[in-house]
Amino acid sequence: MDNLTIEGSAKTPTVEFEGVGKLLIKGRSIPENSIEFYKPVIDWIGKYGGAPKDITEVNVQLEYFNTSSSKCILDVFKKLETLSGTEVKVNWYYEEDDEDMLEAGEDYQAIIDLPFKMIEVEEL
Amino acid sequence: MIDVFGLYNNMEKNDILLSFKGTITSELLTSVLQIMENKMEDLNEAPKTRKKVFNVLVECLQNLYHHIDDFEVKGTKEEISKKKSAIFMISRHDEHYNIITGNFIANENIEKLKGRIDHINTLEREELKAYYKSTLNNGEMSSKGGGGLGFIDIAKKSGQKLVYDFMEIDEEYSFFTLIVKIVQK
Repeated sequence: MDNLTIEGSAKTPTVEFEGVGKLLIKGRSIPENSIEFYKPVIDWIGKYGGAPKDITEVNVQLEYFNTSSSKCILDVFKKLETLSGTEVKVNWYYEEDDEDMLEAGEDYQAIIDLPFKMIEVEEL
Repeated sequence: MIDVFGLYNNMEKNDILLSFKGTITSELLTSVLQIMENKMEDLNEAPKTRKKVFNVLVECLQNLYHHIDDFEVKGTKEEISKKKSAIFMISRHDEHYNIITGNFIANENIEKLKGRIDHINTLEREELKAYYKSTLNNGEMSSKGGGGLGFIDIAKKSGQKLVYDFMEIDEEYSFFTLIVKIVQK
């Protein structure tokens, strides 16, 4: 399985999805049109699902995301939810005192049937 | 002659940090967000304030951007360009920021928008959180992804009621003003 690497920009996050089962989304996700951005990301998960590793670790380290991205991020999790033959774990990072980002993580945790770990860090 | 000094004084009196009038493009928003981040850093704003202002600003400006993109205007090229133009301002006061946007809207769409904002304004914090979550998960997505979350998110993150006004221009159009207050932490 090829890795998926997308370099971050002022409005889009860095994406590093490794075939060994380590998935990272980091930075800011505030594009005007996020569907376009997230399509290859979701497609990659679909392909990875063909032969996933025993453990799939998903690290989300977002500083900001807009509402246009929030539904796409939900779709990323929904796609991960469909994977079988792998144990998917989500680590949701947020900066200390960033209640909005913690709350956002908790919203996904409530909707998605995957184990979420909320991890507070000083700086993302 | 244009009263530039009057314009300057008016902005000064209203504590405007940044203002723009014209066509809203993606590149413009990237620049404005960058400028505001730098300004807030120079002003030594608390990280919490910076994040709140940035988040709400993104939603307000992208609301404008999408509205103008979807806004169907009839008429000559000049009329279309004029109606698709918008204004936004960011002001900083002793204890809060205001994010102010203004744009044209077709009169026939006022009722729906007014209804949505009025409904959001009736909700308390916990209700807003629940409304956000259910809208997030309702399976609907607009062509750009938002799916009606913008105003809910603005109200939730700002923690304030949304202040708005519709001023009728003529039989077809009105001018919609939105003021979002963000209290400094």
